[in-house]
Amino acid sequence: MTVADLFAILPQTLLEGLLLGFVYAMVALGYTMVYGVLGLINFAHSEVFMIGAVIGLEVFRFWGNPEAPVIANPFVLLLVALVFAALGSGLMAVLVERFAYRPLRKRGSKNILVPMITAIGVSFLLQDLTRIYAALRHNEFNMQYRTYDALNAVLELPLQTTLQIKGLIIILVSVLMLVALTYLVNRTKLGKAIRAVSQDMQTAALMGINPDTIISRTFLIGGSLGGVAGVLFGLLYTNVTPYSGVLPGLKAFTSAVLGGIGNIPGAMVGGLVLGQLETLSGTYLPFLTNGNFGTEYKDVFAFLTLVLLLLFRPQGLFGQNVSEKV
Amino acid sequence: MSALNRFALPLSIGLSALSALGVLLSLLGQPLLLGGGLNILLLLAVASVMALRLPTNWRSGLLAVLALALTVLLRVNTDDKIAFYLLLAVLIGCFLLPNLTQLVRVALGVAILFIAVPIAGLSNSFLFELGIQIGIFAALALGLNVVVGQAGLLDLGFAAFFAIGAYTWGIFGSPQAAQFIGGFPAQGLHGNYLFLFMALAIITAAITGVLIGLPALRLRGDYLAIVTLGLGEVVRVFANNLDKPLNITNGPQGITPVNRPDVNVLADFLKAIGAERIYGRPIDDAIAYSFFFYLLVLVVIGIVILVNIRLANSRFGRAWVAIREDEIAAKAMGIPLLPTKLLAFATGAAFSGIMGAVFAAKQTFVSPESFTLQASINILAFVILGGMGSIGGAVVGAAAVTVLNLGILKDFSDLLNTWRQTGVNILGYNMANLPPQLNPAKYERLVFGLILILMMIFRPEGLIPEQRHRTELQEARQEAQEGGGK
Repeated sequence: MTVADLFAILPQTLLEGLLLGFVYAMVALGYTMVYGVLGLINFAHSEVFMIGAVIGLEVFRFWGNPEAPVIANPFVLLLVALVFAALGSGLMAVLVERFAYRPLRKRGSKNILVPMITAIGVSFLLQDLTRIYAALRHNEFNMQYRTYDALNAVLELPLQTTLQIKGLIIILVSVLMLVALTYLVNRTKLGKAIRAVSQDMQTAALMGINPDTIISRTFLIGGSLGGVAGVLFGLLYTNVTPYSGVLPGLKAFTSAVLGGIGNIPGAMVGGLVLGQLETLSGTYLPFLTNGNFGTEYKDVFAFLTLVLLLLFRPQGLFGQNVSEKV
Repeated sequence: MSALNRFALPLSIGLSALSALGVLLSLLGQPLLLGGGLNILLLLAVASVMALRLPTNWRSGLLAVLALALTVLLRVNTDDKIAFYLLLAVLIGCFLLPNLTQLVRVALGVAILFIAVPIAGLSNSFLFELGIQIGIFAALALGLNVVVGQAGLLDLGFAAFFAIGAYTWGIFGSPQAAQFIGGFPAQGLHGNYLFLFMALAIITAAITGVLIGLPALRLRGDYLAIVTLGLGEVVRVFANNLDKPLNITNGPQGITPVNRPDVNVLADFLKAIGAERIYGRPIDDAIAYSFFFYLLVLVVIGIVILVNIRLANSRFGRAWVAIREDEIAAKAMGIPLLPTKLLAFATGAAFSGIMGAVFAAKQTFVSPESFTLQASINILAFVILGGMGSIGGAVVGAAAVTVLNLGILKDFSDLLNTWRQTGVNILGYNMANLPPQLNPAKYERLVFGLILILMMIFRPEGLIPEQRHRTELQEARQEAQEGGGK
């Protein structure tokens, strides 16, 4: 392969990285918002994301059965799936907060590991509950999304790039969600309250904000975004298992750290950067190393970049450097 | 309460005597009680001796009687797992119960570990398997306990060090090394080199610990967590893909067969002491290896615990605790942060590295599958369940989860299957209609997750909390009650 060939596939690679990046960005927002208000790595978020994908899958199965479709138009069906997944995942995130994290907060333990271990426990629990559900309902835990010609149709774009309709939808939905979230956080009263709680919970409470309500809504928003991302992810890769949230969740969390954890624009940029890093290294590593180190090392590349970045900017790309007072 | 105290001693003595009698009768082939009844009696006896307030001498004596009774019972009923779990409980109790003399602890512990368990294990080698598994996980938990529990550094990629240890022996103790080193013996090094490589695994794992620690330990808290997680994944990805350009790890297929040391001496010894009568047939390789690895794991875990206790009470141990409690204050007191943290990382890595080598030989197979993020998180859960920073806690946490996963959940699955086949009615529900997908042994994560959540809500300090940590939690609770908390 010549250098010219390498450049020829660059636009397509960047486009694919963009798709992945948007999915990561939406999941990363869930991590970063919860971290902002609670200082907690919410490991269960990857399962909230996975549950969104499963809900979307079930919507497609129930109402999109090709023999007797309740909703014949795949675009409408997708919209319904997105709405249901957003509601379901949002609700799930709120429930997790209510029953697993709130009791810990009320007790006022200072150990940061306690909520994190709880999050891990919730994550295990949700994985296996989904697995039981999948086993009972589908008799196996490997679930496939229905495919539709209308969604898989290929668009020819300039610079020899192609994009499936569903890819276009992923970009549109993500941009819409990210803009909506930015508006919500920066321009509405709820957004102001979220920012206040994440800056200083006690002072926010003194200003008449009920931190519990705000935390609950933060989980709702983050969970909904995760659910939407789950459906888009399922659409993109068509295969969903109870464990398929783990790896994207890990990547999304890495994106959040990359952008500076707790920082909302940072999570978006972090997700996009990680998406690009992953697809670029996946495409170019085999060529650059003569096939000795192939696509398998793309995760290594992503993580090593994170380590390097954190060495020079320990607060991430956009995080503020908080000096510790004694 | 005082009434309970007055009756505590007679009650415990009575229960213990009754169960001893029951065991004796079943030994004579005259079962006084059905198997289940005797088990319940023994359970009550063990619980009463461990939980009630008894004089030191009586408790030591009753523990010894119960240990003996359980051993005999295990010899008679080889499949009695409940008796084995109870024996395990007695063992843990004799190390952790407060008012026992040092002599009793050591004597009872040695008797159970080196006499009772082998007798039971020779009758039913699953018990050796369980013991080995507990020992391996306990070493990992102890290693991570140094890092997270004692030094307060959150490491989410700990399985990497275990992997390094396992591959250190796995590569050279198998045909694998000949793949990329010209002139290396085709079958790999002889199994007896394992002992040398256990020492080498300590070194390679400790070096990896320092290499991972050098960049990671400049970060704090959650950033440290994500970076260790990332680097742990990096180690796994390398193990998974280093089958080209040079075939070092054989990729996802893993390395097999890994050589094991000779056990002729041990087999001869077993024959000499007449173990064949217990085993019921001539001593073969399978049982000799089970016994060998049981002993090896026991010795290694003993060394690890000894080193851990000595370190925890040394200058370094105190420096770790100081860093955990307040890094800035520790620095102000002149503790060199990075070297001290690196030492914690290297120590923890060494503990799991040595067990990694043993693990490779025991399984005769090494593959990247064993060292996933899931494994790292499991190890962390052992530490948290047992009680962060407490040495006994790490061992108990590992033992509890292993017994649950390998023993209790499987037994429960079997029970459900029996019910399904016989079609028992439970609460008006015919068990024959239970979907076959509901197999508890497959859903260990569900149970594990539930336990983690409930533990964190009701007992966040762990099963056996570290003394220092316990006081802190009490203070925090008091503060919260006085309305000083958030």
